[in-house]
Amino acid sequence: MESRHLLQPSDFSIAEINDMLRLAKRIIQNPIAYSEVCKGKVLASLFYEPSTRTKFSFDTAMLRLGGQVIGFSDPTTSSTAKGETVADSALTISKYADIIVVRHPKEGTARLMSKHAECPVINAGDGGHMHPTQTLTDLLTIVSYKPEIKDLTVGVCGDLKFGRTIHSLVTCLARFENIRFVFISPDELKMPVYVKDELNKMGVEYTETSSLDESIGSLDILYMSRVQRERFISEEDYLRLKDYFILTKEKMKHAKEDMIVMHPLPRVNEIATEVDSDPRAVYFHQVKYGMYVRMALIMTLLGIKDPLCE
Amino acid sequence: MINVSKLKKGIVIDHITAGKGYKIFRQLNLDELDAVVVLMRNVDSAKKGKKDLIKIETDLQINFDVLALIDPGVTVTYVLDGEKVKKVKLTPPNEVIDILSCKNPRCITNQEHIEHVHFRLVNAEKKLYACEFCDAQTSL
Repeated sequence: MESRHLLQPSDFSIAEINDMLRLAKRIIQNPIAYSEVCKGKVLASLFYEPSTRTKFSFDTAMLRLGGQVIGFSDPTTSSTAKGETVADSALTISKYADIIVVRHPKEGTARLMSKHAECPVINAGDGGHMHPTQTLTDLLTIVSYKPEIKDLTVGVCGDLKFGRTIHSLVTCLARFENIRFVFISPDELKMPVYVKDELNKMGVEYTETSSLDESIGSLDILYMSRVQRERFISEEDYLRLKDYFILTKEKMKHAKEDMIVMHPLPRVNEIATEVDSDPRAVYFHQVKYGMYVRMALIMTLLGIKDPLCE
Repeated sequence: MINVSKLKKGIVIDHITAGKGYKIFRQLNLDELDAVVVLMRNVDSAKKGKKDLIKIETDLQINFDVLALIDPGVTVTYVLDGEKVKKVKLTPPNEVIDILSCKNPRCITNQEHIEHVHFRLVNAEKKLYACEFCDAQTSL
């Protein structure tokens, strides 16, 4: 049977994503029941570039399912250093492992591996291209605080131009029912046309603004991202805009009582630390949801049945 | 006007947008043919003002995908015994393989040799194709 992979969020239908989110929620409620479902299974964790959070998240996800982890986080210690191709590495490693997780600086690497590996491949980030498990993490965070992913106004704030994780979250959320977007960014960092074209095609409502103050009151979710210094040609522009999008306690006063604030992390200064203690600030909880949704994903791709649903 | 004798047997690629004839000539590797090939540039055209035109004096297997990628408005006419026997109109293919290469320097296809990379049509008007690996858009 051909393996199923996760290379981009659209590899799964909304029904399948919802199933996975429900499984993740059951795992959160009763982790012990799932602690041995992957016993005897091996996950190969191939990190061709540094990543602390995502690697730990996948590794602990597999360990908490009772499976084991092999891999590397420094490609100089792998066969790549000897000149082995990614395609050959994928085939070879899939002879040892039951599932592969790969992060690589080159775009499309996970897809290349999926064509050669004899087991499921999960894309844990391929350059600036896709990071689908971040999207799943975001979705699980949303359903943990909102009744369902439906009828929501989602504000996305900061660097909307270059943040591919934001693009995949927006295009994935747009597939759910009655989701509206407010894109909050300086003119220089507006949402790219290709994302807006896709929303237009899907008939999804969105507005664009450069004012967080004016829009925060209408939001159910505020997804913050970092304004990156290196994206600006002029230092003057950067300095003018960097503080413009800092979320403060003062700005939170204008937000709804049940709005949640999310952030893919790491943050720099776009959310003042004074906001961390606000119960609506859920960005540090997101990290834990990331692990649970990866547990659900590993089970799904390995075709492991939910022991609580048998 | 230069007089090029009427073709007895072969292929005429006509209505080429002026300036694109040489690109088609190169992409079809016509310089490697051991047959008479004539490339005419900036020929007067009632429809287009100016056009390029290629006459090939042999029955060659033309790669229509390449032609459609460069200039989908061209017409290809097959000639036998001085008579037009078949005329082909082109449309951009939905998918191309082994013609384009990804121009994204961060794409894995530019690090490893990967055979038969697929490119899918994303914008017929601009003839833009997306790489199956990185989704970056490119054209010929």
